[in-house]
Amino acid sequence: MATLFQGLGLVTPLSSSNSFESNKLLHPSRTCRSISERKDGIFVVRSDARVSQLLKRRARTHDLLVTNAVATQGGSFVASTSKPGHELLLFEALREGLEEEMERDPCVCVMGEDVGHYGGSYKVTKDLATKFGDLRVLDTPIAENSFTGMGIGAAMTGLRPVVEGMNMGFLLLAFNQISNNCGMLHYTSGGQFKIPIVIRGPGGVGRQLGAEHSQRLESYFQSIPGIQMVACSTPYNAKGLMKAAIRSENPVILFEHVLLYNLKERIPDEEYVLSLEEAEMVRPGEHVTILTYSRMRYHVMQAAKTLVNKGYDPEVIDIRSLKPFDLHTIGNSVKKTHRVLIVEECMRTGGIGASLTAAITENFHDYLDAPVVCLSSQDVPTPYAGTLEEWTVVQPPQIVTAVEQLCQ
Amino acid sequence: MSLSTPKLAQPLPLHHRSNGSSMSFHTFTPFLGSTHKLRLIAPIKLNAHSKSTAVSVSDAVKDKKPKSAANLLISKEEGLQLYEDMILGRFFEDMCAQMYYRGKMFGFVHLYNGQEAVSTGFIKLLKKEDSVVSTYRDHVHSLSKGVPARAVMSELFGKATGCSRGQGGSMHMFSKEHNVIGGFAFIAEGIPIATGAAFSSKYRREVLKEADCDHVTLAFFGDGTCNNGQFYECLNMAALWKLPIVFVVENNLWAIGMSHLRATSDPQIWKKGPAFGMPGVHVDGMDVLKVREVAKEAIERARRGEGPTLVECETYRFRGHSLADPDELRDPAEKAHYAGRDPISALKKYIIENKLASEQELKAIEKKIDEVIEDAVEFADESPFPARSQLLENVFADPKGFGIGPDGKYRCEDPKFTEGTAHV
Repeated sequence: MATLFQGLGLVTPLSSSNSFESNKLLHPSRTCRSISERKDGIFVVRSDARVSQLLKRRARTHDLLVTNAVATQGGSFVASTSKPGHELLLFEALREGLEEEMERDPCVCVMGEDVGHYGGSYKVTKDLATKFGDLRVLDTPIAENSFTGMGIGAAMTGLRPVVEGMNMGFLLLAFNQISNNCGMLHYTSGGQFKIPIVIRGPGGVGRQLGAEHSQRLESYFQSIPGIQMVACSTPYNAKGLMKAAIRSENPVILFEHVLLYNLKERIPDEEYVLSLEEAEMVRPGEHVTILTYSRMRYHVMQAAKTLVNKGYDPEVIDIRSLKPFDLHTIGNSVKKTHRVLIVEECMRTGGIGASLTAAITENFHDYLDAPVVCLSSQDVPTPYAGTLEEWTVVQPPQIVTAVEQLCQ
Repeated sequence: MSLSTPKLAQPLPLHHRSNGSSMSFHTFTPFLGSTHKLRLIAPIKLNAHSKSTAVSVSDAVKDKKPKSAANLLISKEEGLQLYEDMILGRFFEDMCAQMYYRGKMFGFVHLYNGQEAVSTGFIKLLKKEDSVVSTYRDHVHSLSKGVPARAVMSELFGKATGCSRGQGGSMHMFSKEHNVIGGFAFIAEGIPIATGAAFSSKYRREVLKEADCDHVTLAFFGDGTCNNGQFYECLNMAALWKLPIVFVVENNLWAIGMSHLRATSDPQIWKKGPAFGMPGVHVDGMDVLKVREVAKEAIERARRGEGPTLVECETYRFRGHSLADPDELRDPAEKAHYAGRDPISALKKYIIENKLASEQELKAIEKKIDEVIEDAVEFADESPFPARSQLLENVFADPKGFGIGPDGKYRCEDPKFTEGTAHV
C-alpha cells in the first residue's frame, strides 16, 4: 500500500534507503514529464516541464493543489524520490485516490448504487464502507435523478460528495439535475453556493454489453456551462485526476472506461495531484498530432507502433480534459506538426471530436497544412454482436490509414 | 376564524363507497369549492383498490383538544410578527405586479397572493441555520426567511444588488446568509436539493460529530409536483435515512390550468406519506395558526432525528399561475370562496377578537410595511444594472475551469475575462 501523505503538515521526509533516479518513476511513454520539486509533501506533476512557474502562479492565485501545510524539514530540493512506487490496477488507483481524499477531508463522501456493502460494481469503492461507515459511503436506492440532486444539495451545504453512476449511461436519468442544478446553480445564485461535487462512472463501449450500457455521455454533457469533464486512461492519471476532481471547487464529471479498469501500472508512493485542465503528452513526435482520450489512447499507441515501423513519427496527446480543452498543449503540437488527427470513441455527431475540430480550426487555422481529420465511432447504437461492435469503434488499422493519408 | 385544531384527515373507511356514488368521498375531505364544480364536469371514479390501511397521522402529531378562550395559540408578539410577515408577503407581491406592468421586471413572475399562511406559518418557526428550498414561487419564502425586501426587489429588477446579483431572477432566489437554497424553475428539481441539505445536516451530526447540529430543511412545492418522480424518490430516501426534512405541499388545486383532480389518480396527497413510512398530515393552509401548529410538530420531529413529515396544506392562489396567465379557467365562485378565507383577514380578525392588539397597531404595521416596500422599490430603481464584467464571473467557483488558452495562461487570467468580453 502506498505511503499516504497527509497534506496538512504531517509529511514525513522519504527515507532514502535506496538511492533512486527519478527516471525510474517515469513510464516510457511519458518521457516528457518531470517530477516537480516537492513542496509540502505534495507535488504537482504537469505534462511538461513548466512546473515551477505553475507553482508560483498557483501560489499567487489559487492554492488548490498545494495545501497550506507546514514546510517540510530541510527545504532542500529532493528531486529523486527514493521509493520506486507500487503496482496496481486502474480501479485500485481510483480507490486509492478516493481513500486518500476521504482520509484527508471528512467532508468527502460517496453516494451511489452498490458503492457500500457491495464495494462498487467495478470495485472502486471496495472496503470503503467498512472503513468509513455507511453514511460516508452511502448505498442509494435506484433513483439517479434524485440521489444526484441530493449530492448537489449536500455539496451546496458544505459536503464534498462523489456520486457514482454505476454506468455512465444511467446518468442520463440525472440529466435534469446535472444540467440545471450542477452546472447552473453557482451562477444563478450569484456565486453564493458552490458545488464541489464529483460525478464519476464507467462508460464507453465494452465487450458486448449492448447498446444502452455502451454509451458515451461526454457529448451530451459537454454543452452544460459550469461543469468540467475529464477522462482518465491510466492508473497514474486516474488517481491524480480523482484527487484533483475531489479537491476542485467546481463540479467535475470524471469519465472512466469499462475496459480500462484492469490496466496495471506502477505509480509513485508519494502523494500527487494532477491538473484537471491539462492534456498529457504520451509520445512526442514530428509528423502528425494525434489527439485522443480514454480507451482510444491504446488503439492509437498500437497504431503508433505500426506507424513508427513504417517511418512515421506521430505525436500522441491524451487530451484528458474534455471540457475545457487544453489549447496550449494542443496548440503547441499543431504548430509543430501542422497535421491533426483526432481519434475518439465518442459519436460522430456533436461529439468531443467535433468540438475539438472546431476549436482547432478556429484557433490554429494558419498552422494547418491539411484539414483536421476526426475518427469517431459510428452513429449507431452499439450492437450486441461482437463483430458488429468491433466495427462501430475506431480500430488501429483505420488510424494507420488515416495518418498515411494525412501525411501524403 | 375558529379556534379549532388543524383538520387531520382520517383514513378513508372502505365501506363508504357502498352507496355507489363515486363522489361520496368528497363530503369527507376538507377540500371545498372547486371539487363540487368539477363533479359535474368529470366525475372521478375512485380506485377500488385503494385500501385505506394508510394511517393519516403518526403518534407524533396528536389530535389536539380545542383550547379554551383563555389559552390562545399565540402571544401578542407572535401574533404581530405573523401579521407583519404575511402583510410583507402580500404587499410585496402586489407591488411586483405593479412593477411588472410598468415594465420594470420581465419574464415569468409567479405571485404568492393567498398562500401567505403557509410561508409564514412554517418559516417563522425556523432558526437562521435551517434551510428553505422553494420553487419558482419563491419571493415570499425568501422574505419570510429573512432576505431583505430590497435584495429580492433588486433581483426582480435584474440589478447587480439583487440577492443573486441579478443573475437568477424571479425564479432563482438564493441567500447563503439566510439559507435559502433556491428558487428552481423546473418543478420537483428542488426536492432532491432539499434532501441533500437535510443529508448534510445528518452527516454533520453523525460523521463530523457536530453534536448540536439539528438543522432542519423545509421543501416547498405544489400539487403538480406531487405527480413527479423526484417527489417519490425523495420521500423514499428521506424516510429511509430519517433525514431532518419536512415536505410541505402547497396544494392550491391548480398547476397552471391543470386541476389537481384531473391530473392525480388519488388527489389526497397526505396519504402518500404513510406509504413511505412517514406521517402524512393535511392542514387548512388558509389558516396560519393551524399551519403553525402542524409545522411546530413536524419541525420538532425532524429536529429530534425522527425523520421526515409530509404536510399537505390546502391553499389557494388569488392570482393566476404567473403574471402572464390570463386565469380564465378557474371558476369565479371558487375564487370568491377562497377570497373569503383570506389568511390575512382571518388572522386580523383573530387578533382583534382576542384582544391581542388593536386595529391601530395593525394599521401601523401595514404602514410600516408600505414604507419597507417603497424603500425596496426605490433601492432597486437606483441600483445599477450588472456591468459587462459580471458576465463570466460566477460560471465556475474556480475560474480555472475555463481552461488553458493557446498562450499557455489560464483563460481566466485574460483581462477580457474580467471585462466580460472574452468569448468562452
